[in-house]
Amino acid sequence: MMFDVIGQWLNEQRELFILNFIDESRWKLLLTGLGNTLLITLFATLIGIFLGIIVAAVRTTYDKNGEAMAFHKSIGYYVLKIANVLCKLYLTVMRGTPVVVQLLIAYFIIFASSDNGIMVAIFAFGVNSGAYVAEILRGGIMSIDNGQFEAGRSLGFNYLQTMIYIVIPQAIKTALPSLLNEFIALLKETSVAGYVGLVDITKAGAIIRGRTFSAFMPLIAVALVYLILVTLLTWAVSKIERRLRKSER
Amino acid sequence: MKDNVLIKVENLKKHYSGGKVKALDGVNAEIKKGEVIVVIGPSGSGKSTFLRSLNLLELPTDGKITFDGEDITAAKVNINRHRQKMGMVFQHFNLFPNMTILRNMTIAPMKLLGKKKEEAEAQAMALLNRVGLADRCNAYPSQLSGGQKQRIAIVRSLCMSPEVMLFDEPTSALDPEMVGEVLDVMRELARDGMTMVVVTHEMGFAKEVGSRVIFMDEGRIIEEGTPDEIFRDPKSDRLKSFLMKVL
Repeated sequence: MMFDVIGQWLNEQRELFILNFIDESRWKLLLTGLGNTLLITLFATLIGIFLGIIVAAVRTTYDKNGEAMAFHKSIGYYVLKIANVLCKLYLTVMRGTPVVVQLLIAYFIIFASSDNGIMVAIFAFGVNSGAYVAEILRGGIMSIDNGQFEAGRSLGFNYLQTMIYIVIPQAIKTALPSLLNEFIALLKETSVAGYVGLVDITKAGAIIRGRTFSAFMPLIAVALVYLILVTLLTWAVSKIERRLRKSER
Repeated sequence: MKDNVLIKVENLKKHYSGGKVKALDGVNAEIKKGEVIVVIGPSGSGKSTFLRSLNLLELPTDGKITFDGEDITAAKVNINRHRQKMGMVFQHFNLFPNMTILRNMTIAPMKLLGKKKEEAEAQAMALLNRVGLADRCNAYPSQLSGGQKQRIAIVRSLCMSPEVMLFDEPTSALDPEMVGEVLDVMRELARDGMTMVVVTHEMGFAKEVGSRVIFMDEGRIIEEGTPDEIFRDPKSDRLKSFLMKVL
């Protein structure tokens, strides 16, 4: 009978569900993993914003004000020039190598003496994200018509005042959606954090799979968790975007 | 006599690509208080570069600019302080799109001159009244016509009480029917004794309002004189052929 087949299949799934999630309280492992994933994403985001702002500030100041600083023979120009080269190097390395490799380098070389995987992961993902944040912010600032900058300067605002009062408020509107999407991407990227001996949600799924020898349930569960998180965040971003568009004149 | 000179330009040069392109090639000029200098010339003649050099939006390769008796091309000059006294009006208005008209006009006096909000707004409203746009004070720039935007841009600069106003082709981006209203504001400003340097293609304005006309070509001043001298009695062939084309 048809119903018997379905009934039998459902029964099997129920048993698999119990085996993968209920037995030995395996769901707790997933919960720990989720906690770590969120922890790494949150703090890496904060580091990313911090580094991104600094790098974007150096790069845009060099591009927009370097010539004027050189003209007025300010010593700051030489400091800025060196900082700009360092920032470019940082961007090239971070965007030119896979984040997994960076993570492994951080864990096995830079912090070889530490076995705090979570701290290392926060560091590695944060430093990586900083490069992308920097370029998004720089793109936002550079997308604002230079006439705005010149109008500010011609009124007598100095470089920093012009950026803060005139350019950045306009640039934020352009950059914010991409910036939020970068953090959504970061959440998914942290799925490789298991490489450095910590249990994020992906690794938790893998551990369960290794113990129960069943792949379907744990992997689908992990995928669903990411999907729900990303969907929620994407929904929030679209809300913010709509709000920004409304305030556009 | 010397006291009367507001801006003195000596041997100003602006070279690009290591000297291959010479946007300015040794310009000398004196701008006296109360003068309206109109700079004319074919496109690519360096007239805009010359104007933008006066407040160092364009950084000269060589030469000296003295403003209010101070060499502003010297190292370590606080150019921001000088720019407060040099208003500038751009071809594309460059109003701040995210601010109301009133905010566009009050932000600089409030942040830079330490004026109180009420004081800055009262001054802005008085200026808006003068250009007939007081009723648009809470509008955003995108809600205004080109002519209105440019009139706002002019009074925004005036809010800083500048000693000189620099106009970089202020009517070139306007529809023809809006040119008049902007020129009217500029004419009135000239009547009030404002020192002005105007780069323009409006020969009528140059003739009528200019106290001196400078004709530039290929990065040099070819001829300068009163509007009568320039328009009725041009000396150089280049000016003659330029006037043939534009008049």
